[in-house]
Amino acid sequence: MRLAGEFGQLEVRIAHKVFTSASGERFEVLRNIQFRLGRNEVAALVGPSGCGKTTILRIIAGLENDFEGTIGRPLSGKLGMVFQEPRLLPWRTVEDNVGLVAPSITRETLASLLKDLDLEAHRGHYPGELSLGLARRVALARALAVEPTLLLLDEPLVSLDEALALRLRDQLAALIESRPITTLLVTHDLEEAVRLANRIFLLSARPAQIVAEIPLNTPRSARSEREVARIIGEIASRMNDRSS
Amino acid sequence: MARLISLTLLLGTWWLVSLLVGPQMLPGPEKVLGAIVAHARTGDLFFQLGVTLARVLAAFTIAMVAGTAIGLLMGRVELANRIGDPWLIVLLNLPALVIVVLAFIWGGLTEIAGVLAVAINKLPNTVVTVREGARALDSGLDEMARVFALPRRKYMWHVVLPQLGPYLAAAGRSGLSLVWKIVLIVELLGRPNGIGFQIGVAFQLFDVTLILAYALAFVAVILVIETAVVQPIERRASRWRIRTT
Repeated sequence: MRLAGEFGQLEVRIAHKVFTSASGERFEVLRNIQFRLGRNEVAALVGPSGCGKTTILRIIAGLENDFEGTIGRPLSGKLGMVFQEPRLLPWRTVEDNVGLVAPSITRETLASLLKDLDLEAHRGHYPGELSLGLARRVALARALAVEPTLLLLDEPLVSLDEALALRLRDQLAALIESRPITTLLVTHDLEEAVRLANRIFLLSARPAQIVAEIPLNTPRSARSEREVARIIGEIASRMNDRSS
Repeated sequence: MARLISLTLLLGTWWLVSLLVGPQMLPGPEKVLGAIVAHARTGDLFFQLGVTLARVLAAFTIAMVAGTAIGLLMGRVELANRIGDPWLIVLLNLPALVIVVLAFIWGGLTEIAGVLAVAINKLPNTVVTVREGARALDSGLDEMARVFALPRRKYMWHVVLPQLGPYLAAAGRSGLSLVWKIVLIVELLGRPNGIGFQIGVAFQLFDVTLILAYALAFVAVILVIETAVVQPIERRASRWRIRTT
């Protein structure tokens, strides 16, 4: 069921999500996932791969309707989403891919968005001519072009080389910082979560449940290397405690 | 270059065979060309070509539009596929001649009955091809369109149609040649003009020159359509593909 949440809020209450495999076997993927995000909050869902993180995003995005529970999405405004694969239209240029979902975007806004993501030189290119890193940035530009109130990111930096991932991560941080967006990020990379989020939800293996919630109170830009390393260590040891 | 040699070889063979069997059975290329020019001078050739071409385009358009709509529906909605499939099999296996004759009996010897008979002949073919295309649509892009709430028209135009492109091109290519062959049967059986009617007259007079003149003139028209219309459209639609390789 999908309800309109309070202004600018995302409210997730998933009691159960069950998948039926091709052979008719039923297995539970999610159990009792509940959280609420306020306006401007950035949360990260972190957990072992295959635990059902993407399913949570898909339920929130309205792509999975067969579950027990309710989702309250921000009352007004649009949804922006970055899928794990860029999912661009191969037969449209970069500019058209971004402009298509946001018909009311002005030329200037579009240009400045492409500039923010270093895509100016590629606006006339087709997705087949782009590297994965570039395509990811286009997907991000598309999600931001609709001026979303809710932004869902599914492993936006996965399988990029480290230098590129770092750069894109900083760009991403700057972009969500400058906009009134509620952001939910799915990742298996702790550092990514700690750098970007102000709340982290740790998920268990299947069926995924929230095993811990970690608030990060220092503002994103003020987090020092040492602090980030300390938090990562803390979370990692907690995760190890659980699995041992 | 290879094309030119091959074409010369074809003309040469034609000319040689015509010498062997005599101009009664197979007139040489120069005689057929002469007949084409003579009929073109009187304007008769262009009139008959125009009439036939109009029927071809009408039937082709109806079959492609209706076939694409039905094929999309059957490819995406399982229930529609189950309901439509037996009809499709019946239509696919009805001989063109049967459809044409029945159309003229039920609809009278009218233009509408003739054009519809041709369209119905082409329709199942388009449906089958487009259904295959609709089944192969990328679900990832569908989900993207849903998440970003793309309006229906934009979704069709920017997401679905480009994916159907190769299937539509295949249906169109085979369609144009199929349609013009059936239009000739329709004209032979129940229309007072067009290439098919003229070939019927020539058949009664045993005038092989006239038969070849009309047939080749129309093939030339189709060739022009192919190079001047179909190929540029295809090039434009696959711009993004050429540049990636």
